[in-house]
Amino acid sequence: MRPTPANLLRVLVPIKRCVDYAVKIRVNPSQTGIDTNVKHSMNPFDEIAVEEALRLRERHKDLIKSIKVLTIGPPKSQETLRTALAMGADEAIHVETPADAPHGEPLGIAKAIAAVIAREKDGVDIVIMGKQAIDGDEGQTGQMVAGLMGWGQATFASSVTVNEGGTLNVNTEIDGGAEEVKVRMPAVITTDLRLNTPRYASLPNIMKAKKKPLTKVTPEELGVDLKPILETIKVTEPPKRVGGGKVENVDELVAKLKEAGIV
Amino acid sequence: MPPPAHYRLRAIRLYKELHRLGREYPDPSYDFHGKLRRAFEKNRNLEDPEKIERAFALGEYVKNETLALYSLRKYRWLRRSYHPQDDPR
Repeated sequence: MRPTPANLLRVLVPIKRCVDYAVKIRVNPSQTGIDTNVKHSMNPFDEIAVEEALRLRERHKDLIKSIKVLTIGPPKSQETLRTALAMGADEAIHVETPADAPHGEPLGIAKAIAAVIAREKDGVDIVIMGKQAIDGDEGQTGQMVAGLMGWGQATFASSVTVNEGGTLNVNTEIDGGAEEVKVRMPAVITTDLRLNTPRYASLPNIMKAKKKPLTKVTPEELGVDLKPILETIKVTEPPKRVGGGKVENVDELVAKLKEAGIV
Repeated sequence: MPPPAHYRLRAIRLYKELHRLGREYPDPSYDFHGKLRRAFEKNRNLEDPEKIERAFALGEYVKNETLALYSLRKYRWLRRSYHPQDDPR
């Protein structure tokens, strides 16, 4: 697939609705998962992705033709899409799964994203997404989308610039340093923490976002199966931290250390 | 003499923005909405345009500070969770 001319870039930002970062996670009594009856918000890394798409448009006025956001999740995920629209995205696509459906897995989600890209009439030139979600922390979806589409990828981006001639220069974070890669569009970019600081949607924009177009599709229409491949056997809380004890004197300390096999 | 209508609209808009921000205030024991209302009520009879502008400026300042507080809180949490080696503590 040839990239569209540089003045007509189309950006797709897949986002995820997660348990809010400030919420204390609790395991449900039947140990099948976590208590989801808590405050949810957009995955912070995806917020960074939405912000980067908007900033690309602000930096290159006529370069970006459209910014679409996409989510795959239960009906309530629509709030998350509205948040992204309020930040400044143009259109939203909601791949709606039943409210009681199990959590999607990276491969299924990546296939759904690829199916959405294939359905887009005008194609997609840049996919910007969070490097991972703060709930599952799998960090695989972006790479899988690139793999399924056969596109280039720039993961853990800390800065993105659009070049003439349909390429992107992306600074990426790697272990112990940074790397600059050049990638031909269409491409997948996954965002890291340092890329930008997401904006907060203003009240007038939230009202305007309610009127922006939102398309709903089902996984069946896309022809993807979101059933998990892995079986969750049990979810438990991490062991409680046990408090330390005080020792009276040095001899006692030495005795305790010997007991623990340290000296 | 009541203040001109455009002040009224501006005040309502600012109040709504701040009220919405207050809903997400992290400390539940901090009476954000009460303080907000009292601050606006205190200034309801202002007539001097200069004083009105100053009150608006204070409101905008509080709004920006609250926004900064929220984004910093989230950023710090993310950095602690995902980039512990960068955390100065």
